Amino acid sequence: MGKILRRTFLIGTGLVAGGLAVGYYAASRPWPNPLEADLAPGEETFNPYVKIGADGAITIIAPRAEMGQGVHTTLAALVAEELGVPLSAVAVDQGPTSPAYYNLAVLEQGGPFSELDTSLMAETARKATRAFGPLAGMQITGSSTSVRDAYDKMRQAGAVARTLLFAAAQERLATPASKLQFDGAEIVAPSGRRVGIASIAAEAAALPVPDEIVLKDPADWTLLGKTQQRVDLVDKVTGAAEFGIDVDLPDMLYGTVLMNPKLGGGIETVSTSFAEAVPGVVKIVRLETQLGSGFGVIAENTWAAFQAAEAIEVEWGDAPYPSNTESIMRVFRDTIEGPWKGSAWRDDGDVDFAFGDAPPDSIFEADYEVPFLAHATMEPMNATAQFANGRLTVWAPTQAPTLIQTILADAIGIDSDAVTIHSTYLGGGFRRRAEADFALYAAELAREAGGRPVKVTWTREEDMAHDVYRPAAAGRFRVRMDVNGMPDAVDMRIATPSILKSIGKRIFPSVPIFGPERLLTEGAFDQPYAIPNYRVAGIEINMPIPVGFWRSVGYSYNGFFHECFMDEIAERAGRDPIDLRLQLMADYPLAVAVMEKLRDISNWDRPLRSGKAKGVAFTMSFGSWVGEVVQVAETQDGLVVEKVWAVADVGRALDPGIVRAQIESGIVFGLSAAIGQQITFSGGKVDQQNFYDFDAMRIDRCPKFEIEILENSQALGGVGEIGTPPAAPALANAVRSLTGKRIRSLPLSGEVEFA
Amino acid sequence: MQLTINGDTIDLDVDPAMPLLWALRDAAGLKGTKFGCGVASCGACMVIIDGVATFSCVTAVGDVEGEVRTIEGLAKDGVFHPVQQAWIDEQVPQCGYCQSGQIMAAVALLEENPQPSDADIDTAMSGNLCRCGTYSRIRAAIKRAATTMPLPVEDQAASET
Ligand code: FES
Ligand code: FES
Repeated sequence: MGKILRRTFLIGTGLVAGGLAVGYYAASRPWPNPLEADLAPGEETFNPYVKIGADGAITIIAPRAEMGQGVHTTLAALVAEELGVPLSAVAVDQGPTSPAYYNLAVLEQGGPFSELDTSLMAETARKATRAFGPLAGMQITGSSTSVRDAYDKMRQAGAVARTLLFAAAQERLATPASKLQFDGAEIVAPSGRRVGIASIAAEAAALPVPDEIVLKDPADWTLLGKTQQRVDLVDKVTGAAEFGIDVDLPDMLYGTVLMNPKLGGGIETVSTSFAEAVPGVVKIVRLETQLGSGFGVIAENTWAAFQAAEAIEVEWGDAPYPSNTESIMRVFRDTIEGPWKGSAWRDDGDVDFAFGDAPPDSIFEADYEVPFLAHATMEPMNATAQFANGRLTVWAPTQAPTLIQTILADAIGIDSDAVTIHSTYLGGGFRRRAEADFALYAAELAREAGGRPVKVTWTREEDMAHDVYRPAAAGRFRVRMDVNGMPDAVDMRIATPSILKSIGKRIFPSVPIFGPERLLTEGAFDQPYAIPNYRVAGIEINMPIPVGFWRSVGYSYNGFFHECFMDEIAERAGRDPIDLRLQLMADYPLAVAVMEKLRDISNWDRPLRSGKAKGVAFTMSFGSWVGEVVQVAETQDGLVVEKVWAVADVGRALDPGIVRAQIESGIVFGLSAAIGQQITFSGGKVDQQNFYDFDAMRIDRCPKFEIEILENSQALGGVGEIGTPPAAPALANAVRSLTGKRIRSLPLSGEVEFA
Repeated sequence: MQLTINGDTIDLDVDPAMPLLWALRDAAGLKGTKFGCGVASCGACMVIIDGVATFSCVTAVGDVEGEVRTIEGLAKDGVFHPVQQAWIDEQVPQCGYCQSGQIMAAVALLEENPQPSDADIDTAMSGNLCRCGTYSRIRAAIKRAATTMPLPVEDQAASET
């Protein structure tokens, strides 16, 4: 397992051409059904997604991290739809950690091709990636892929279970399967005769799986496509939901960590005598891991652990990057000023030629910049671990349980079979929880706890200062306008560190990663606009600040760059920004439909009274086509975002209520960052400490929303991240329109005041 | 040290300087109240003490006078509090981590002001951060609960006369 994952990490990132060589045969190797290992007497299972209890109760396994995106509800609905039962009639469980729950779509998303690209090469690569999914067995929640990955396989799982159960029942009831129905823990025939699911489950499970499974026509769906009552609501309004931070075990100790805030630096000198004297402290442990150096505290309660951590006196070793924001960002600026061309991810026409003979007044150029950002999930990082009898057990709010399993096994030096990961609810993820640090530190402390479990909770300050940040990025954008006032050539160069290399270094430091990275330019190279000469290149910056996936990843900065620059082009052209976009995206009817709908619902063409303005942006991401209009108003206290209109073509909205909630959520996330968030450095440390200096939008500043969902696209798009990319540029474009200020660096509050 | 929590008197053997938040979570085993920031900046830890919404992360347990109400005490005899019911009906929670605090802040608001305006909601609820951005549904749920919540006893008496 460890070896396969290592190799797969490379493939999953879409960086190694050798990955394309693996044939389909590997993919057909099935993983055992993990539910079989834990069946209680009388329980039966048909596949990794359906379990029948001894009492006939049906449990559906939704093997993705529930971090608010409603994934347990939608995944369970996929199975329940084909099974033919309402969601209220089943129990939904996260299930065990297992490679059987691999996520294929997340691998495809990482691939080196634009989603617009249906060329042979792109399709071949996707196919090869698909072959790798089962092989890799990576159980990951990310890239807005959970539902896309599960769409076929979980519906099939439901259909198989129904087929087998009804096949067994039809004998008993002397009624053809097509006439049977579920009713609670029973199956009933039209005659009223019934048989308990429990009494036929064993027989059904022994039947051969039919070769051909026919899935329902979407027109016949009763659950999918309709808003369901979320399965996690009751837990979450009663305080009963168990997040990682709530794990409670017999004989449990509590802990925290104090890691070097100069990220990547070591420990010079230390004195722990004050810390050890804090009442309730059990032990201070020095941590030297591949993810960071520092200290762990084991104590009788969390409060004692926090106080002790604060009392540790330590002189930290320096970080391997420049010590302050000014010098860090200089590297970014110097890079885009420099001669580097980077890797072109899009290169239509002949950009150099087009600029070569351009009259100077036809060229316009602008530099853009965005800062590092923290995830600041509502639940601070934490994990609970127990190391006893050579086995490690971890309870963690994680987006990547199989990855953690491998890393911890390596770190502790035990077989990955000796590591058990239990996933809890996540108090927000935004991809921060696809990392391994919080689980690794808990495991290291568990080793020192004499076999007792230790729950390790980070302070907010520790969480803020030891994130894997959304990388800063800088870009230089040039356009040549033609004589008709249309863009004839654009040249975009985007400089930012490689997220994949940063992750690779943390996870598998011995494995080198090569090749150009899609994340540098996604959101700029893959957008549905046609311009005769169109080049988008990514230049990789070497900046050893740990960076990671942040909600919408590369789209988060490239969406801002590309769509603000699109407005700048419209301004040069003297064109309405929606008109210009419509003209450039004319080859992509899905995009056109989104923008036309947006123009309509936002009353774009109706003049606003003075003191208010609108801005627009469009970003295709994760297979969904999304346009947003933001309206800002001037008030005595500063600018206020009054309303946001969004139109999203997600292909199929399997649960429209959840899709809407996710889009709103993504927009609030994007606006929060655009208005006021930034991570800065002084003396090698992150300056921001807590929500008072890294805040997010509150209810009093939250705009009204009007969201329209389209289902024109044939592909199933993601929803968890797609609201975020257009939010910042639409806001910046609105601010330009209102104040006349074209702000090219975030956060906007650096140049205008928000209420 | 004795504390009245959700109507029960509980003995806690903790340092009186310990924040109420950690006494509830680690000593009393009531983990519905959440830790978000520890510095009164997010509202995840909000409880109601004698009718007042209070950040339990900055309230020393030794200083607590009066009855503490937490999320665990809202439902009575298996029936959800009207605010919880409104939260379910409007499908407010996403990750859910902030929601105990949001609900307690909303309960305190509605007990004090049964018909809050949008501005009242803004004032009462802006101490509660939600990183998932569930605000529009929180607002809708508060308005819904305002129509279903029984009036406080003294108002009832007043309306009967
Ligand atoms: S934890 Fe108390 S306000 Fe954040
Ligand atoms: S629901 Fe996730 S922080 Fe509010």
